[in-house]
Amino acid sequence: MINYMMPDYEVVRDKELCIKCKVCVRQCANNVHVYDEKRDVLYADSSKCVNCHRCVTLCPARALKIVKTDHCFKPSANYTEDIIKDIYRQADTGGVLLSSMGTPKSYPVYWDKMLVNASQVTNPSIDPLREPMEIKTFLGKKPESIRYREDGSIETEKYPDLELKVPIMFSAMSYGSISGNAHIALARAAEALGTFYNTGEGGLREDLYRYGANTIVQVASGRFGVHPAYLNAGAAIEIKIGQGAKPGIGGHLPGSKIGPEVSRTRMIPVGTDAISPAPHHDIYSIEDLRQLVIGLKEATDYKKPVIVKIAAVHNVAAIASGIARSGADIIAIDGFRGGTGAAPTRIRDNVGIPIELALAAVDTRLREEGIRSAVGLVVGGSVRSSADVVKAIALGADAVYIATPALLAMGCHLCRSCHSGRCNWGIATQDPELVKRLNPDVAAARLVNLVSAWSHEIKEMMGGMGINSIEALRGNRLMLRGVGLTQKELDILGIKHAGE
Amino acid sequence: MKIDAKGMHYAELDRMVKSSADEDITIDNVLGQRYIAAGAGGKRITVNGTPGNALGAYMDGCRVEVCGNAQDATGDTMNSGTIVIRGDCGDTAGYAMRGGRIFIRGNTGWRTGIHMKEYGSAVPCIVVGGRAGAYLGEYQAGGRIVVLGIGCEDGPCVGDFVSTGMHGGRIYVRSRFVPDGLPPQVTARDVTDKSELAPLVREYCSYFGGDADALLADDYYVLEPSTACIYKTLYVNRPM
Repeated sequence: MINYMMPDYEVVRDKELCIKCKVCVRQCANNVHVYDEKRDVLYADSSKCVNCHRCVTLCPARALKIVKTDHCFKPSANYTEDIIKDIYRQADTGGVLLSSMGTPKSYPVYWDKMLVNASQVTNPSIDPLREPMEIKTFLGKKPESIRYREDGSIETEKYPDLELKVPIMFSAMSYGSISGNAHIALARAAEALGTFYNTGEGGLREDLYRYGANTIVQVASGRFGVHPAYLNAGAAIEIKIGQGAKPGIGGHLPGSKIGPEVSRTRMIPVGTDAISPAPHHDIYSIEDLRQLVIGLKEATDYKKPVIVKIAAVHNVAAIASGIARSGADIIAIDGFRGGTGAAPTRIRDNVGIPIELALAAVDTRLREEGIRSAVGLVVGGSVRSSADVVKAIALGADAVYIATPALLAMGCHLCRSCHSGRCNWGIATQDPELVKRLNPDVAAARLVNLVSAWSHEIKEMMGGMGINSIEALRGNRLMLRGVGLTQKELDILGIKHAGE
Repeated sequence: MKIDAKGMHYAELDRMVKSSADEDITIDNVLGQRYIAAGAGGKRITVNGTPGNALGAYMDGCRVEVCGNAQDATGDTMNSGTIVIRGDCGDTAGYAMRGGRIFIRGNTGWRTGIHMKEYGSAVPCIVVGGRAGAYLGEYQAGGRIVVLGIGCEDGPCVGDFVSTGMHGGRIYVRSRFVPDGLPPQVTARDVTDKSELAPLVREYCSYFGGDADALLADDYYVLEPSTACIYKTLYVNRPM
């Protein structure tokens, strides 16, 4: 069967500029660039190109660019090129389509349909450069009341919580899905910023235990890397029930990414696929979830807050209400546009709901039931900028999780090929030669830059609204207005339309 | 130290056990208290009665003996130590166990040894005297499971869907009835070399009695997975 598929991208080399230094040949782990010694020519096999820009970025002569091919099928709004090619791929192999990172499809991004308020005349705005502006957040269960002793000191004991200097945390990415150097960079950045990174379900290398005060350790259905020292190493424990990019299914680390180091932290054979199944096989109900939550608290002497992370799905508000009653301290909700190191394409692109609607629904439900302060609320799944953070907090979140922006800060060019294990930027790979390309010091500094910049922007926007404390922004939906939204969407978001 | 657990809440009981300076602890009248010895190490604990779920979860080095039956999630994610159960055991015993041993005199429920791990010298082991429920060794990535099937010699002593998703470790079964419908990556073969099996069977008999030599003289089959990437052909790269 003739099954040649025209590449989506073409590598264009300006022969006038090219100095034949062969940097592109050495840098491309996909072997796109080839030097033919006999003919003294460099050529490119565009069919292998993932459009990651590594060669473009490192070409000293600026001789390379990647362009979208103008080769095309007969245009159809129904049978698009993507659909046609997917059918060819599956007819060739019988395989389930596998993709990485968040869905590229054009679903509504509600962040971009909400606008933030600012003060004019009747309420003065605040200049964060000259006036104090508080964005520190405490994440966890709040006491129902405060009792005082006779001398006026506080008698009520605080529940274990997390203190965040910025309301932004790095969300779960496992050692295995990303490289050791990427993990080191996230850990150092979290420490410098006074926030937290998350181990994901892949265990924790011993050399990173010293960042434990800024680490959230994850427990998922495969329980990879979970033992008492690991649980006690972190500042909080996250039970992963679901992930926005692939609700209802588990994790799957391809055997190609399981080298000796990953085998050691996960305690599974080298080269076999690491399966975290869809369900925790001991959780069939909120009562069972409670058993795992309390079990983890027992194992860590009730000193650590427990987070339960779920994907944003249709009944998310009712599920969150159950989680809030399970003994968990924090609920993390991951929207369906969130990223992943590998997910079946059809699930990534079709399952779950947008985080904005899920967040609004959960916050509303917990308030109605009088249990909003029984849990902290963290959202992720495509928080792309400081404006998204401000809108998330105004909708009711305590803090946000970011991962794709963190990867971009470390050098990712969003080529969505993490599942290949051949990340040319040294991030989503375990190949030692590729991992070396990521300098953890540089990556950490860039992460700190990003979050520091966002923090300042958050303060600017808060100041504009005349708000000097993040507490006063949280759940303050009057600060948001919708544009181009239906009444139903506005009702779910709990906001008015612009002009109202 | 002796504790009378009658009517005691699990949190209080578990705090007493963990904070005890005494290495030897006997708990009487246990009735459903959960998380006994969870995350604990360095103690010898005798449980008289029926402990609740998650006995010895995340345990790291205790020796726990249960004079009675155990419930679900016994030894969940335990790291090291020994749990001896002088009765039957509920579901998901040894979930994601990373090391140590669990000996169950009688039968065990569903999903025993699910997600068991192994690395280097850390090889967790579960020995079941009677029969095991469905999904034995599900997603097993390492370790050893032994099912002796004492008293069920006339038929299979493991339930349906044994070794589903298994990709490491071994399951030994004292039986001639190899289950039908094993997953494609798992093969069953007769055991000729019992050197790995013998110490586990002898240790079982040291706790519960029985003739280890006679048990070892019987026929066993072993289930082993191929370590190839079994899911590689399940997927097709979609570079978009």
